[in-house]
Formats: sequence, C-alpha cells, structure tokens
Amino acid sequence: MAAINRDDVAHLARLAHIEMSDQELDRMAGELAVIVDSIKSVSEVASADVPATSHPIPLNNVLREDVVGHVFTAEQALSGAPDAEDGRFRVPAILEEES
Amino acid sequence: MSELIKHSAAQLADKLAGGEVSAVEVTQAHLDRIAAVDTDVHAFLHVNTDEALAVAADVDSRRARGEQLHRLAGVPIAVKDLIVTIGQPTTAGSKILEGWHSPYDATVVKKLRAAGMPILGKTNLDEFAMGSSTEHSAFGPTRNPWDLDRIPGGSGGGSAAAVAAFEAPLALGTDTGGSIRQPGAVTGTVGVKPTYGGVSRYGAIALASSLDQIGPVSRTVLDSALLHEVIGGHDPFDSTSLTDPSTGLVEAALTGNVQGMRIGVVKELGGEGYQAGVEARFHESLELLRAAGAEIVEVSCPSFNYALGAYYLIMPSEASSNLAKFDGVRYGLRVLPEDGPMTIERVMGATRAAGFGDEAKRRIILGTYALSAGYYDAYYGSAQKVRTLIQRDFDAAFAQADVLISPTAPTTAFRLGEKLDDPLAMYLNDVATIPANLAGVPGLSLPSGLADEDGLPAGVQLLAPARQDARLYRVGAVLEAMLEESWGGPILAKAPALERVDTVEGK
Repeated sequence: MAAINRDDVAHLARLAHIEMSDQELDRMAGELAVIVDSIKSVSEVASADVPATSHPIPLNNVLREDVVGHVFTAEQALSGAPDAEDGRFRVPAILEEES
Repeated sequence: MSELIKHSAAQLADKLAGGEVSAVEVTQAHLDRIAAVDTDVHAFLHVNTDEALAVAADVDSRRARGEQLHRLAGVPIAVKDLIVTIGQPTTAGSKILEGWHSPYDATVVKKLRAAGMPILGKTNLDEFAMGSSTEHSAFGPTRNPWDLDRIPGGSGGGSAAAVAAFEAPLALGTDTGGSIRQPGAVTGTVGVKPTYGGVSRYGAIALASSLDQIGPVSRTVLDSALLHEVIGGHDPFDSTSLTDPSTGLVEAALTGNVQGMRIGVVKELGGEGYQAGVEARFHESLELLRAAGAEIVEVSCPSFNYALGAYYLIMPSEASSNLAKFDGVRYGLRVLPEDGPMTIERVMGATRAAGFGDEAKRRIILGTYALSAGYYDAYYGSAQKVRTLIQRDFDAAFAQADVLISPTAPTTAFRLGEKLDDPLAMYLNDVATIPANLAGVPGLSLPSGLADEDGLPAGVQLLAPARQDARLYRVGAVLEAMLEESWGGPILAKAPALERVDTVEGK
C-alpha cells in the first residue's frame, strides 16, 4: 500500500469539503502517515477466502405500512437552519456565475 | 453537601417510594452539587435546572395522588450531549452545532421522560465522540474527579465524571470503541455497552453506525441494570434495533452467582503495554471469582491483534460519511469564505474548516482515504474481513467460556495534554474495548481497585455473547460485592472531596 502524502491529503480535503491551510496540510499529512502505517497490517490477515462483515448482528430488511408516520412541520425542520426564507432553506449559489 | 447525593439510584428509588424524600429534594441536591463542583470538573455543557425541578415536582404530585410510578421515577440522570433532547441544546461537543436545539427527542430520552426521570443536563464529550480523553471537546476538557489534572477518559468523560463526582447517580453514554467503558475504568465507575441493537440509537448523532451503541453509566452494577431495562427494547424508528425485550437484567444483578461458571481470560488483552497496577488489580479480581466458585480458563483470540487497525479504518470511514451532513445548510454553523466566489461548495469548505476540530478533520480525511477508489479493497474491505475473524475468535472463545474478562483499559488516567499531540498513543487506550464493538457483543466495566503506583482507579471488563447481556450483570454484581467487601466500602469513598472548603481569614 502506498504511503499517504501531502498531495493526497489536499485532494482528500477537497473531496471532504474541508478548507485547509498549507500548515494544516503539512501537519495532517505527517500524522496520517503514521496512523496509516500502523493500521495497514489488516491486509496481512485479510485473505481472499474470508468473507467481509459489514454489520455485527445479521439484519433483515425492515418494512412498514405505507402510511404517513412521524413528520416534522416546516417550522420544526427549519428551526436550526442557518438561513431560511418562505418556509425553505436558503443556500448560496450552487454554480459559480460567469463574470 | 447533602448526603442524598451519595446514594445509589436503587437506594434513591427506595427512599422515594417510601416517602422518605421527595423527587424535588433529590433533584435539588444534585443541582446543588453541580453548582458546587462543576466549575472544577466541567462534566456538564448544559444544566437543565428548571425542567429537572418541574419534572421532579410532577413526580412528587403524581406519587401523592397514589399513581403507579416507574421504579426510577424521580431519580435524576445526566445525558451525554451526543443524544438529542427537546428543550436543551445538543452540541456533540462541536462548534459546528453550538447552540443548536433538536426538534425531536431521542428514543432513549423519551423513555427517560416516560419513566419520570428528571434530566439534570447534557454532559461533555470529545467532539462527535471522537477521542479517549474528552480533550477533543470544542468546549474544553472534563477533569477526572480523582485528580483534576488528569483525563476522565473519553469520549464519554462528562457522563463518567458526573457520576464519579456525585453530580448525578446515573448517566447515559454512547460506546463506539469504548466510550462508555474506558471512562468508567479511569473514574472508578460502572459502564455498560449493550449488545448491538439492544438499545435504540434513534436520536444519537451517528459516529460509526455499525459500531455505535447507547448504554448506562452508574456507580453500581445494579444501577446500570435498572437503567438498561428503562432504555432497552425494540424501536421501530431504528432499523437496527433488536426485537428482544429488555428484561431479566435487574434480576440477574440481584441473584448473581458465578458457581460453576467458566470465565475466560483473553490472552491477547494483557501483558505488554498494560500498567503493572492495572494488571495486579485484574489478577485479584480473577482470584475472587475463583474463590466464589468460577472456573478461570485462558482463551486465545489472535485476531484481536488486528482489531485496532480494523477499527481505525471502519470507524473513520463511517464517520466521514455520517459527518457529511454538517454542511452549513440545514442546521448548525455557516461560515462564509473571506473572499472569492460565494458558492455553496466554498461555503461548505469554510464552514467545515471552522466548525470541526483537529481530530474530527483527521478522521474525516482518513475515512475519505480508506473509501477512495483504488484503496477501498485494501483498507475498508480488509478491515471488514478482520471483523469476520474477530467474530470467529469470539465464537471460539465463548465455546470455552460463559463470559470473557480483561482489564478495561491498559492504564489508569493519564495527565491532560499528555497524549494530545500523539493521536496513535491516544488510540491505544481503546485496545481492549474495541473488539466488542466490532463483533457487536455486550461489555461491562466495573472498578477493580486502585493501582499501587498512582492510587488511581483501574477497571475490569466483562464480555458476553450477543444478546446475553444478563450474564454481565450476573457476574458483575458478584465481583463488585466481593471487591467492595475487600475494600470496606465502595471505591468512590476513597476519592478526594471536591468541594472547596471556604476558609474565612481572620480580620
């Protein structure tokens, strides 16, 4: 497995939508390299014949009657919003405007 | 200081039922204690004075009218601030949710309300439950009541410290890799991670959905059993909720008996990295159980050596996905970029940069990495295979033993700041608690005594097969009784007094 470097961290931070300063990228790359190095041992024992477990207790799909259940009012749903208008969430532009 | 705060929840319940004290008196005594010591301990992020007293007054009047009440009606409780509550803020220990109020109650909170338990407030935690020391809280660390310069464990250090400092007889915690059990060990309290799905997670802000579990925090094994029965059981609002009833736990704690039980010592959870005093107290617990008629056997779980690695791949992967919802749109913080185009993408980047602390960022990036194309099979896929191997180790171990036993945490409480710059050293605190989360089995930590080298509490952990939570209480109550007999009383009787003695200087 390849080691994690600063460029990887910068790319991952963009994917995760977290702005990071140069200083933060340097520090994060160093810390993550140590962590990744210590956890990559999992691949040593994960041979092809071992099935993966996604969930500790076997689960069945849960279904319910197709009737209206618990719902929030628009007021409740918007109560924690940083910005709202006319009963809706108000957000900045999705696309950058061409100037 | 009122002597009422020294009672266990079970004792308080008896006194309330017998009319010896009122729920208002009990609740006020704990609020007074919080006012007296929490400036130092900082277990609480929010104190819910008015509502707690109103609920207590309502319980008193219902009792006076002769209504049939729940056994714990009027017994107050603290709630970890990862669990949502109407009428109080929920922060998850993060700046990104500072001041946010949930429009709904978690299922466990609804159950507390139905039982008539006054909620004293919300307890401190590592941000989004990511940590082993409570130092990653955006609102400052909680301090260990045994030594205010030391960590109370984490992530649920606030709940454990509140109970250890007699600010609350009971608390709710959440346990993803040990966040109930490890704080219990380092504060001399009891904490239980139920079987995965045994307690509804509806309303617990998700860290890692295949690992998270809500559970009880208390000073006695019986009290945890009482609380576990209140919060457990099926919930249609949580699709992972088991349909088993939450019964028989209190009875197990009251009728504990280990005669003829096989108790398995996990070979891999001890030795190198474990503090001498922690191991000494652990071996004394084994001797007590042997003397009580249990058969002590050694079991080997070789895949546990890979548990930490698997955990630190699975947990961040799931966390990176769960925390994507904090984007500055529907709730919480919104930060605008200082310059440049004002697009939603840039607002998200600025919001998450300002709102998340270092540890949350580390885990989001690590999880994003583990789930990336090209790395998924090597990291997340391998970790899921290790999870299978760990489950097989548990199956083999439980074929030889009815319960397993180990120290809860490798060391006693370390000093604040000691491991803050070394994430990996911090992660190693969870080495003994993580396997239970990966396999979904229940675990209980109780105090094993004080380590010789530093006089601080150590913990012993019991593990049972999935859905056999009652065994934890059965063995735990017996061990607790024997240990307390050897100490001449509860371990917390040895903890230092916290209230500052106001000395009046002569004038």
